[in-house]
Formats: sequence, structure tokens, C-alpha cells
Amino acid sequence: MTEPLLEVDGLGKNFVAQRSVFGRPTAVVKAVDGVSLTLSAGETLALVGESGCGKSTVGRLILGLIEPTTGTVSFKGRSIAGLPPTELRAFRAQAQLIFQDPYASLNPRLTIGQTLHEPLILHTQMTRQDRSARVGELLTTVGLKPIHARRYPHEFSGGQRQRIAIARALAASPKLIVCDEPVSALDVSIRAQILNLLRDLQQQLGLALVFISHDLSVVKHIANRTAVMYLGRIVEMAATPALFAAPRHPYTQALLSAIPVASPAARGQRRILLQGDPPSPIDPPTGCHLHTRCPRAADICSTSIPALLDTSDDHWTACHRWRDADQRAFQLVSELPMSPSLQRLVDAFRPMT
Amino acid sequence: MTTLEPAADDVAERAVSSDTPTRRAWMRLRRRKSAMLGLIVLVLLIAMAVMAPWIASFDPAKQNYIAVRKAPSALYWFGTDESGRDMFSRVVFGARSSLLAGLVSIAIALGLGMPIGLLSAYRGGWVDTVISRFTDAMLAVPFLILAIALAAFLGPSLTNAMIAIGVTAMPIFIRLTRGQVMSVKVEDYVEAARAVGNPAYRIAFRHILPNILPALLVQATLSIAMAIIAEASLSFLGLGQQPPAPSWGSMLNTAQRFLTQAPWMALYPGLAIFLTVLSFNLLGDGLRDALDPKER
Repeated sequence: MTEPLLEVDGLGKNFVAQRSVFGRPTAVVKAVDGVSLTLSAGETLALVGESGCGKSTVGRLILGLIEPTTGTVSFKGRSIAGLPPTELRAFRAQAQLIFQDPYASLNPRLTIGQTLHEPLILHTQMTRQDRSARVGELLTTVGLKPIHARRYPHEFSGGQRQRIAIARALAASPKLIVCDEPVSALDVSIRAQILNLLRDLQQQLGLALVFISHDLSVVKHIANRTAVMYLGRIVEMAATPALFAAPRHPYTQALLSAIPVASPAARGQRRILLQGDPPSPIDPPTGCHLHTRCPRAADICSTSIPALLDTSDDHWTACHRWRDADQRAFQLVSELPMSPSLQRLVDAFRPMT
Repeated sequence: MTTLEPAADDVAERAVSSDTPTRRAWMRLRRRKSAMLGLIVLVLLIAMAVMAPWIASFDPAKQNYIAVRKAPSALYWFGTDESGRDMFSRVVFGARSSLLAGLVSIAIALGLGMPIGLLSAYRGGWVDTVISRFTDAMLAVPFLILAIALAAFLGPSLTNAMIAIGVTAMPIFIRLTRGQVMSVKVEDYVEAARAVGNPAYRIAFRHILPNILPALLVQATLSIAMAIIAEASLSFLGLGQQPPAPSWGSMLNTAQRFLTQAPWMALYPGLAIFLTVLSFNLLGDGLRDALDPKER
């Protein structure tokens, strides 16, 4: 295997939730706690989990937008912490971010052209004419017209804005793009367009994507590998088909069982595997964070933190009792056939890629 | 390639395609009648101030004790004051010091307050704490008292009065800028600007500043009015424009002693201030709208 593009090792980020009168932290949220992962060029890694599990924080840590409390992020074998300013800029050219909300991520007072010129001004020595040509090219790449460069963000729809955000991310020819819920704010029909665009671009340009999402159906569509996060830790990481077909961690199983299945045959077979709300991240449970809600919890789960181990074939699981998993019951749900109408809808989106 | 949602119609496309953002803002301003009116009045007022010697019918400082407190007439258009000086000439010449006092002092306030506010909000930490406490301390002292103290310290002259008013008005702009920056800097597009690799100064001036400018603009037009009045108060105390050179404010202050006998002495400088302040406000409002690309 070639050297990974991105290597994240033992990454942790604490946020101070509360301070004493003297400014000393009295409560700390471990938003991210010991996350390790690798990403090769051209690969898509999905980070999934419910709100507040730290997946967006991981994305921002990877890009060096916030400083990690512990651990390191290495890009092309070099740690991005403490890079000198010139090299940090070079890194920024190669690692980009796409936001969830396309209505908030574009400066309302800059034209699309001004927004897209910016990375080119910062990272290339292009002349004005060359830049304009490149901006036109970028807009065409994402399916807009070069003339749109003169418009302002408010003149575009959400889907179009997200295309512009993608064009901005692509402008400086990056190697890695962190997509933070890039389609969550979009309509379902537009969602497929943006996902297909991302996948096309990835294939054409050999981009590595970190795809942050809470939407498992989207993840299934786009990711090579999927990492599931719960309260700041990765609980399971595997190739996407393997993870969806045979999840080993009870949390992943619960997540997958919660996907609505559009089939009457599935009625009564759906199982709610987890009860209650996730615990407060300020005071998470000891040991395995899930043990308070886990149907398979044993004594060991409350005392020792399960390590993320390669359980077989690059399928990593952080569970003391993964062997005892009742996978058969789960598969009943995942193997259900799609209803004919849903199947048609899914097929309809496919030719667009 | 994927299919597209249709773009807006091509007619609109052609209409905007040849225009720069600045030109489009100017077009939006032109469409606003009240703003244009304000602009025209201001241009006229400034022209009047610049060309005062050619417009005024008398020497504004020349006293004439035969014609004291004369009512407006064909000879003395705006009447005369308590020393028999022609009010019209004094209003014309007074535009110089009053407009200067309004514009320069607010330029000082904005020029100092905005960068300090930006720094305060953007840096945070102890820098923010020090600047904020300092601002609080300045705001705790009544505006005029502080201006008078500063002007007295600097010595009586119009320049020093403008500096005093500018520095005294600065905390408002620091506060406003700081608050606005705090709310804008957490926006996604600012983080996006960081992710793209913008250095801090570029984020501050290209991404944050244009988005906080409307609020500052409105505050500035309001403050210009306040500065003109403040200059009047300082003049009254002998700390602003030095007599016999006229300023609208000092004329008003003198006039209040003769309000029943010679109301025209208060009326015309008062009208001049009113017109100036109104024009600045109209223009400020119009500019705020014109700078917003969402407006038509």
C-alpha cells in the first residue's frame, strides 16, 4: 500500500464548557477523544454519527482550522501542527472544506467571481486573465456558466450555491476535501446531483474526500470506507459494503436499524436497538461510552475502554463483545428488497452519474 | 455530467454582465430618490463652503452697529446679528467650520474606532479585555464633558476641537465594530475564507469589513449630526471655532439670548444644521441599501 495522504493519530479536542470565577476550566467536553484514521489519495472516508458526536470537529482538526488538544494530523507524511506560515498556506491550497449550509458559506457581499478568484490569488501566480479563464472553467466543471461569475450568492438556489462552494474548494487544485454534511441542507432531488458531482470530480481529479454525514443512505452511495463515531470516539470503521452488510458494533447496528425501510414487509421487523438519549458529553459514562444504552453490555464494558481493533479484513471495531453480536437479526432488515417504486427512483438517479 | 436546475433568465444576465460591483452599487444608489436628494444637497452645501467668499454678500466678521439685529430684508437676506453682521454671509462661511467639524471629527472617530474594534473582536483574549474596559471607561464619562476636557487640554482651535470630538466619539465606533465583528466572524464564510488560506488582514478587510460597513455607515451619519452640535457647544465655550469666524453652532448659541427679539438669528443657522444632518442621514440610509447586493 502506498503512503497514506492523510494520517490522523490519537486526535483529541477538549472544549471548555464551564469556567470558575477565576477563569479556570471546571468542565471540559471531550468533543474528540483519541481518533485515529488514515486516508489514501482518491479514497472517500465517511464519518458518521449523530449530532454532537464530534464528527465536524474532526473535520476542522484535519484542516488545522482548530488546534488539537492531543494527537497529530499528518498530511503527506508531515505534521500540520506548527507548520511555518508559507507551508501552512501550501497546505491550505491542498486541503479544502465544503460546508453544510450553502446559504452561510458564501460571502454575501462578494460576487461569485470574487469568491472564486480568491484561492487563485492566494495560491497561484496566475495573471488576471488566466484567473478569469480558470474561474470560467471551474464554473463549467460544476455545471454553471462562466457568466455567473458576475452574480452575487443571493441570486442562486441552494444547490447552485453548493456547486459554487465546490468550485471554490476545487480552485486551488486540492488533494483532499473535507465535506461537512454537504447535502444535508439540500432537497432530495438536488442532493443526488451534488453527490454525483462530487463523485465525478473525485474520479476525474483523484481527490481524497472526508465525507461527514449523519445520513447513512448518502454515505452508502459515496464512501469507500465508513467510520462510525459515538461521543467523540470511532466505534467502528470498515469498507462501506462490509459495514452495511455486517456491522459489528452494537451502536452501528442500532444506527443501521434506524434507517427507514420503504417496504411494508419490513413492518414489525424493525427493531429499536437503543433506548434513551445519548449521555452528556461533559460527563460521559466510564469505560465504553455506550454501555449505559447497550443491549449487550457486560461488567467489563463499564470499567475498561474497548480499543479499536482490527477484527478481520480491515474491519475495525471497538467493542468488548462484538463476537456475541446478534448479526442474524440485523440482516433481516438490511436484506429486505426495495419496493418496486423505490427501486425505480433509485435507478432513475443512476444514469446521471 | 449532471443535469442542472435552470438559471435565472438570460435578460437579467445581459443587463448585469458588463457592470462592476461598484457600478452596480452606484446604479442602486441612483435609483433611491431620497438618497440622491441628500447627496445633491450635500454637494451644494460643500460647494457653498468652498466658494463662500464669492457667494457671501458681506464680510462675515464685519460689524456694523447701525444695523444691529435687523430682520431679514432685501439687503440682509437672513437679517443681522447682535453686532450687525450679515447673517447670510455668516451662514455661508459657517458651513466651512461646521461641515469640517462634522466630517473630520467623525472621520477621526471612524478611522480610529473601526480598526481598534476590529482588532479587539478579532484578537480576543487580553487585547479585547483591555480595549473593552478602556472603552467602557470613556463611555462612562458624558460625551460633552469628555470633549470639553480634551479640547481644553489641547488648546482652543477648530482643529483641536475636531480632534477632541473625534476621540470622544471613538468609543461608540469601537463598541459597534466589535459587536458586529463578533457576530460576523463566526459565520461560515469567514471560516471558509480561513480554510481557503486567507491571511488574517485579508479576512478582516475583505470578508468581515464589507459585511459590517452598513451599521457603521448609519452610525457615522448620525454621529456627524452630533459632532456638528458638539462643535457648537465647544465654540460656545470658546474651545471651537475662534470668534469672529462663524460656525453654525456658535451662531445658534449666541442666538438663544435673542430668541424673542431676533428669531431669525436662530432660524437660519438652525435650518442649515437641520438640512445638513437630514442630508447626511438620507445619504447614509441610501448608501447602506445601495451597498447591499441583495437590494435592487
